Amino acid sequence: MSEIKLRRLDEYRWEVPREGAMRVPGIIYGSDRLMKAMGKDESPKQVANVAQLPGIVKHSLAMPDMHWGYGFPIGGVAAFDLDGGIISPGGVGYDINCGCRLMMTNLHREEVHPQMAKIVNALFQHVPSGVGSRGALKLARSDEKRVLVEGARWAVKNGYGSDADLESMEDGGCLPGADPEAVSERALERGKDQVGTLGSGNHFLEVEVVEEIFDKNVASALGIEVGQVAVMVHSGSRGLGHQVCDDYLAKLVKHVEKIGISLPDRQLACAYIQSPEGRQYLSAMACAANYAWANRQMLMHWTGEAIEQALGMGPRDLGMRLVYDVCHNIAKIEEHVVDGTTMTLCVHRKGATRAFPPGHPALPAKYRKTGQPVLIPGDMGTGSYVLVGTQKAMEETFGSTCHGAGRVLSRAAAIKASRGRSIRREMEERGVLVMSAAKGTLAEEIPEAYKDIDEVVNVVHGAGLSRKVARLRAVGCIKG
Amino acid sequence: MKPYQTFDHTADLGLVIRGASEEDLFANAAFAVFDIITDLGHVESRDTRRIVVEGDSPEDLLINFIREILYLYNGERWLLKELRVTKLGERVLEAEARGEPFDGQKHEICKEIKAVTYHQAQIRKTPDGWTARVIFDV
Repeated sequence: MSEIKLRRLDEYRWEVPREGAMRVPGIIYGSDRLMKAMGKDESPKQVANVAQLPGIVKHSLAMPDMHWGYGFPIGGVAAFDLDGGIISPGGVGYDINCGCRLMMTNLHREEVHPQMAKIVNALFQHVPSGVGSRGALKLARSDEKRVLVEGARWAVKNGYGSDADLESMEDGGCLPGADPEAVSERALERGKDQVGTLGSGNHFLEVEVVEEIFDKNVASALGIEVGQVAVMVHSGSRGLGHQVCDDYLAKLVKHVEKIGISLPDRQLACAYIQSPEGRQYLSAMACAANYAWANRQMLMHWTGEAIEQALGMGPRDLGMRLVYDVCHNIAKIEEHVVDGTTMTLCVHRKGATRAFPPGHPALPAKYRKTGQPVLIPGDMGTGSYVLVGTQKAMEETFGSTCHGAGRVLSRAAAIKASRGRSIRREMEERGVLVMSAAKGTLAEEIPEAYKDIDEVVNVVHGAGLSRKVARLRAVGCIKG
Repeated sequence: MKPYQTFDHTADLGLVIRGASEEDLFANAAFAVFDIITDLGHVESRDTRRIVVEGDSPEDLLINFIREILYLYNGERWLLKELRVTKLGERVLEAEARGEPFDGQKHEICKEIKAVTYHQAQIRKTPDGWTARVIFDV
C-alpha cells in the first residue's frame, strides 16, 4: 500500500508533496474515480521515487492511466536537464519505442461488416503474431544494423510503404544518433528475425470503425470521417529492445554505485546524460526505437496486403494511409520553456505519449495547424481515441499526455475473473471478432482488467493536455 | 515445499521462490521460469549448458542468474528442464542446465517472460530455508 499523502490541486490534478530526498514535487492527473484505484497500488510512491533523480525539472508527472510499474510508474513523465540530469533505461521501459500507429482506409462500415471473419482470418494468417513470433524475414547482421540506424526509412527503401509515410511518424521514423556498436550481440541475436512481428501480451492489430467525431475541422484535416474503417497497430521493438534495456540496466546498476547516486529502487539505475555511459545508452536506445519503427512500418504493409487479399481488391481501392505513428516508451532530447527560459531536456515518457501543440516545429506541415495527432488505444475490443496535442501540455507536462487505458487488474486477477467464460464469445457479442495466437492472452486482456478509456481520455481532455478529435470502435482484433 | 508461487503485480508477474538451501533456491528459480514458459512434461534433458554468473550481492547474483536463464530461451531458443548448482560463492555461481532446443512440433510456449527486474527484488534466509521475491516483465 502506498503511504504517500496526496494533496488535491484542482479538478484533475493531485500533488505528491515534496518530502525527504525528493528534488521536486510530483503531480498526478486523474479524476475522483480514477484516483480511488490509483491510491491502492504503489504507483504514487514511484512518482515520488522518480522525483529523487538528479537533474529532474519542475515535476515528476503521472498521467491518468498510471499504474504500478517497476522503477518508474507506467504513465510517468519526467524531464531532466541535459546539464547535470540523468537518463534511465528503466524510465524508458523494456519495450523501447512501444507505440501505436493508425491507418485509415477507403472502406466503409457497411462494406466490411459481412466480410469481417475473412478480414480477421487474413490478418491472422498474414501478419506474424504471438509468443516469440518470428517474421517472414531473417536479417543478416549487416542489414539488421542498417535497420537500427535507418528505422522506418530502411523499411520504405526495401519496399514496405512509401516515402510519404515517413512524415506521419514522430521524428520521421528515425531517431538520430543510433550507433549499432552500442547494441550487444545478444540484442542483435534476438532481433534478427523479429522485425515485422506483432509479439504477445498487450500488443495487437485492430480493425476499427470511426464512431464519433468531436472536432470536425481537425478530424477532416486528419482525414477521418464517421463510418470509415481504420486499423490500429500496437507493437514495439520486440526482443531487441528488451535486451538493450536489460543490458544497460545491468551496466548502470553498477555505474550508479561507482558515481555515488543513491537510488530508492535499483530499477531506476541511470547515468548522467552527458557521461559516456549515458550517451552510449542513448545511442543504443535510438537503435531500438528505430527497430520499432521499421517493425510497425512492415506490420502496416502486411496489414494492407492481408485486407486486399481478403476483399480481392488492389492497394488503390483500399487506399490505406498512415494518419500518424506515436511512441509511448521513449526518452527524447527536446526544447522546453521552463519558467520563461528555454532549456534542452531529456524527456522520459514511460507509458505516456508526446502531444505537441499546433505550430510546433517538430510537426509535419500537414499537421502544423491541427497539432500532433495522439493515438490512445483502449482495452481489447473497446476501440481507440484520436486526440491532438495542445499548448497547455507544453506548459504543464513537457508536451505529454496519456497512452492508453492502463491496467487495474493484475494478469493473474484477470485470468481468475475470466475463468469459466468464453472471452471470445463475449467479445463477439459486443461486435468484435477476436483471434489470438496464445490461449492465455484473451483472459489476461479482458476489458475489465483495464481502466475505463473514456474516463482516462476525459481527464486529459478536461485538463487540457490534449483535445478529443474522434473515437473509434473495434470490430476485429488480432491479439499476440 | 512448493518451489514457487506467483503474486500479483498490476502489469506483470511476481514470483516467490523457495528452496531448502541457497543452491536449491537458484535451481527452483530456473525451474519456475521454465515451468511458466512451457509445459516441462514435453521437455527432455538432451544436452547441457554451463552457466557462470557474478553478482555484487545475493540479490544481484539472483537477478544476473535469472537473466542468463531467460536468455537460454529468449536468445537461444533452448528450453531448460532441470538445473544443478555446481558452485556457489558469495559473488559467483556456476551451474549446469539440462534441456533441449525448442521444437515447435513438440513444445508449446505458454507464456513469454521478457525480462527480470530489480524492482523490490529480495532474497533472504528463513527458518525453513531460503526465499526470494522477483518481479518479471511479461
